[in-house]
Amino acid sequence: MGTGSMEQKFERPITVAILALGGQGGGVLTKWLVDIAQSNGYLAQSTYVAGVAQRTGATVYCVELFPQAQAQQMGREPVFTTYPVPGDVDLVVAGEMAETGRAIQKGFVTPNVTTLISSTHRVYSITEKSAMGDGIIDQAPVMEAARKAARKFIAFDMAAGADQSNSIISAVILGAIAASGALPFGREAYEAAIRAGGRAVESNLAGFEAGYQGGSQTVAGQGVASISSRKAVAMPQAEGLNGEALLARIREELPPAVQAMAAHGALRALEYQDVAYAGQYLDRVSEVVALEQDRNPAEQEFSLAQEVARQLALQMCYEDTIRVAEIKTSGQRMQSVRQHLNVSAQQPAHVVEYFHPRFEELCDTLPASLGRRLLASQRARRWFKPLLGKGRNITTTNLSGYLQLALLAKLKRWRRGTYRFATQTHLLDDWLGRIHAVIKDDGADPDYALALAQCIGMVKGYGDTYERGLERYQKIVAASEKVAPEQRAATVRRLSQAALASEDGKVFEQGLMAMEAH
Amino acid sequence: MAERSFKKEVEQLRIGEGEVFSGEGILAVTKALLQSGVAYVGGYQGAPISHLMDVLSDARDVLDELGVHFEASASEAAAAAMAAASVNYPLRGAVTWKSTVGTNVASDALANLASGGVKGGVVVIVGEDYGEGSSIMQERTHAFAMKSQMWLIDPPPNVARIVESVEQAFELSEASNTPVFLQLRIRSCHVSGRFTARDNRPPALSLKDATESPQRDVDRIVLPPASFLHEQEKINKRWPAAVKFIRDNGLNKMLPGEQENLGIIVPGGLYNTLIRSMERLGLADAFGNARFPIYQMNVPYPVIDDEIVEFCQDKDAVLLVEEGQPNYIEQNINTVLRQHDVSTKLIGKGTFPMAGEYTSEVLRNGLIGFMARFEPDWVAPQDPGHAIAALVAGLNPHVPPRPPGLCTGCPERPVFTSLKMMQQELGDFHISGDIGCHLFSILPPFNMGNTTMGYGLGTAGASAFNSAGGSKPPISIMGDGGFWHNGLTSGIGNAVFNKNDGLTIVIDNNYAAATGGQDLLSGKGEVRDRSTQHPIEKAVRGIGVRWAKTVKTYDIGKMRAALKEAVTNKGDGPKVLVAQSECMLNRQRREKPLVRKDIASGKRTIQERFGVDEQTCTGDHACIRLSGCPSLTIKPNPDPLKTQPVSYVDNSCVGCGNCGEVAHEAVLCPSFYKGQIIYNPGGLDRFLWRLRSRFIGWMQQRAEQRRLRMA
Repeated sequence: MGTGSMEQKFERPITVAILALGGQGGGVLTKWLVDIAQSNGYLAQSTYVAGVAQRTGATVYCVELFPQAQAQQMGREPVFTTYPVPGDVDLVVAGEMAETGRAIQKGFVTPNVTTLISSTHRVYSITEKSAMGDGIIDQAPVMEAARKAARKFIAFDMAAGADQSNSIISAVILGAIAASGALPFGREAYEAAIRAGGRAVESNLAGFEAGYQGGSQTVAGQGVASISSRKAVAMPQAEGLNGEALLARIREELPPAVQAMAAHGALRALEYQDVAYAGQYLDRVSEVVALEQDRNPAEQEFSLAQEVARQLALQMCYEDTIRVAEIKTSGQRMQSVRQHLNVSAQQPAHVVEYFHPRFEELCDTLPASLGRRLLASQRARRWFKPLLGKGRNITTTNLSGYLQLALLAKLKRWRRGTYRFATQTHLLDDWLGRIHAVIKDDGADPDYALALAQCIGMVKGYGDTYERGLERYQKIVAASEKVAPEQRAATVRRLSQAALASEDGKVFEQGLMAMEAH
Repeated sequence: MAERSFKKEVEQLRIGEGEVFSGEGILAVTKALLQSGVAYVGGYQGAPISHLMDVLSDARDVLDELGVHFEASASEAAAAAMAAASVNYPLRGAVTWKSTVGTNVASDALANLASGGVKGGVVVIVGEDYGEGSSIMQERTHAFAMKSQMWLIDPPPNVARIVESVEQAFELSEASNTPVFLQLRIRSCHVSGRFTARDNRPPALSLKDATESPQRDVDRIVLPPASFLHEQEKINKRWPAAVKFIRDNGLNKMLPGEQENLGIIVPGGLYNTLIRSMERLGLADAFGNARFPIYQMNVPYPVIDDEIVEFCQDKDAVLLVEEGQPNYIEQNINTVLRQHDVSTKLIGKGTFPMAGEYTSEVLRNGLIGFMARFEPDWVAPQDPGHAIAALVAGLNPHVPPRPPGLCTGCPERPVFTSLKMMQQELGDFHISGDIGCHLFSILPPFNMGNTTMGYGLGTAGASAFNSAGGSKPPISIMGDGGFWHNGLTSGIGNAVFNKNDGLTIVIDNNYAAATGGQDLLSGKGEVRDRSTQHPIEKAVRGIGVRWAKTVKTYDIGKMRAALKEAVTNKGDGPKVLVAQSECMLNRQRREKPLVRKDIASGKRTIQERFGVDEQTCTGDHACIRLSGCPSLTIKPNPDPLKTQPVSYVDNSCVGCGNCGEVAHEAVLCPSFYKGQIIYNPGGLDRFLWRLRSRFIGWMQQRAEQRRLRMA
């Protein structure tokens, strides 16, 4: 009994476990399965534990099926469990990739027994979402484990299937279940249950079709990007003559490893400011390339120059009010907003922007000397308070709102004279200077230069984010100089990690203190 | 209006003799109550018995026809006290709540009820929220049954058996003049199934008849000397009567097995999981035919001594499956065996773990342990999961936890955002939590709240700190549900009387939201047969609070200012800040169909939805740390130069506006925008839109041409 051959298998209930997230319609799916079973000669029982999970957590539904004819033969009903038994689950459905991992963790998926159906899309957990940097957890190992653990593994992006068919994910999953053949019912039985449900029949059938197609292809795991790993950067196309010239210069002057990143950087600088600015960017990148080559004539990878090319572009194209205004008023951006709002071609849709320009941003945008003096003046700060102390909504689909921002964007030509440009240039020169010094010094650890290059990445954004990043960057640089040369790279990396560990800086401060104690 | 509508289930409540009822366990119970001829039903909602209350709320007409009184009680104590109707009159009644939390609240009334005893059958249906998915402390209702001497029925998770148990419970209650607990485990409440119905029965005596000719028996009142009489009665009359009824009617089942030297005792509620675990080990088949005799203990309290002796004697050993601790049943059975000189070994805790839910995996391991000891030749079949154990262990870092959180657009979110921002400014405060959705604030991303002491006890939970002095008064949080449950008196009244100075934030979202959106006193809607629209602020002023304010939650600026004022204002007595906005889950359920209808009927309608500009998003996710809204998520950065994921608003956004408010108040990035989509635009809309689009389009074209010239 219990563990043996196929013919005994039929004397046991078929067990299904469904792992669904709140709002994925696990209840609907479960009800469909029970209806299908009961209309097709099977006894069925389902249960679930919702608890607090109905507020966004994960829920496990358990469904058991048993052929009615056999029960009648025995003259009694089978004993259905309320708990999927690890090692004995015939069909496992996971509506999301990390939930697939959870199903395997719970022991529901076992070799030679379980058909596993997973949607490969991600619904990020709060820990992944709230990380100060990239908190996305790589799902490649889950994919790998699923392939090994399941008897049959069907995986594709069912959320996309639901979107494309304008349906719900539970309908797509039902299609995949039908296609998997894990349950003893034909396709018509499933479709009949959707029809009998009487709600959103057309779209549910479309979703079912998408799921059936996806399931039939059983291309386990194809097309699953491991999105946490660094993406490969391809060479961009230029849009005009200036861009072409820059790309030509890059191909001629820079080693292949650096070209793509530098090209993106140069084109960004061109769009951000002008040809001269892009040229200046390339000058700075070239300098680092040359130094890296001096240090190691056999250098092929140029990991330092690559990182500098990336970070330098972001730092030179920092987001000031002018840049934000330019982005917000561009036609391309308006198109992508309308796409996001999912509106038809002629449908009016207003776009209200949320700004909170502070006194600091005002000073940043003023001519350098004026900005510096104003920033230091408490009186000016008080004067401007009523004007700048609160959030401002600007409707960029209105003439007045649009014009305000369009005019602000026009200040671009004077950007080089602004206060922020001066402070930013100072920061960049200092940063590059340090990198140069390290790479030039044969006794210094070249990895320290790379760590410094990466570290500037935390200087970004606006307001508090920018100030916090800048302060921590400066502290890290200062701290690294106090330790022995061979420990500097590790110190920068450790402190950078600590800086991203918590917003309030407690972990960072602890890291700094631990260093001082040494 | 509750979260779920039960129109279909209500129709099923009317079906008669021979028809088939199909639905979840807890819904079947409602039908079973009507078939049993109840005169009154009361209770307090909470998972897993909320649906019982919701169905009966929706079933007004059916109840009226039968003459059944139904109350959504103010608390479990109120529900339990309602059963006093069965003390003097042969009226059957049922009350229900989530256990053990609800039983804690009800205990005062239950103890009085059980002392005097009942004439009409009283069944207390408790949803035993133990194990996976539970939101409360892990305790057992069994203890309450023992202390007040009420009988405890624990039926197998099978709809027909649950229905049968309801009817047996009433009979047992009447036969022994004792209220009976019917314990439904969480999985049993949600188990689907069918049973053959009987006709509904109007109560034998109507409530009206009872009040028209009142009866009184001073011996039923808990006051000396009657209270001493009650104790004697419990032991000498009611207990033996219960034992007789349980034996005579075969409430517990002795199930045969071929091999009689061993046996298993299992409470009904765990029977199905046990059978499946045995089946997997080759010790039973799918129909429950097991290798050893099984004593299915559907009444775990009282333990029937004779049955235990009969089952255990002549056996070498008996395995007892008793979930939870302390191991009351094991202690009880051991005493019985000892008193009857039965030397059979009782194997319980030790072979099974002392604490924790008995999942199929736990039962499997316990069975293997039992077999290894008493059948050493038996070999357990290989666990199919064995081969991939290492693989499974390796997954730990890749499966993130999924703590529950506030729903998309939840009006409580801005309250905690404001509180978090206030703490960033003034430093951390001692925050006393309560029970309700708002307790999710203790989880990421808000991470605030020190304790939760029970429903409506948030303010009382902070009372010790009120004379602490210092600059930071304690902050308490209470939901409207907890407020009306008992928070008004034990929290606010207590604070007024003791001249406390702390702040209580009452989350007023029009419903008891966490339990499924039931109506309450301060609800804004018009509800049939209920009196609503009693403002919380008025109630607290009535009880003596001088500083009371009602603020709309989504206005973070105002909310922050009010919070700051409340914690810095000294000497005005307790402060009460009513944070008002309708529960979004319920609001959407109400509004969505209307909006859809408006749009379909050609009416001009504006819908709002938020978005993030991925170009300006810094990838810092401060917005998420101040929100945690499910619709505010992340996606990989499309910019080849940037590696950090950008924030992204998915299409579940309901346009509550919290992200924008947060961006303003916390001075975040300028990435958020609000889209206002106009459906069925009027002539003026279209004209203005054309005009604006033409001009803006022209400007954009010029800018684009200039950009391309430079590119």
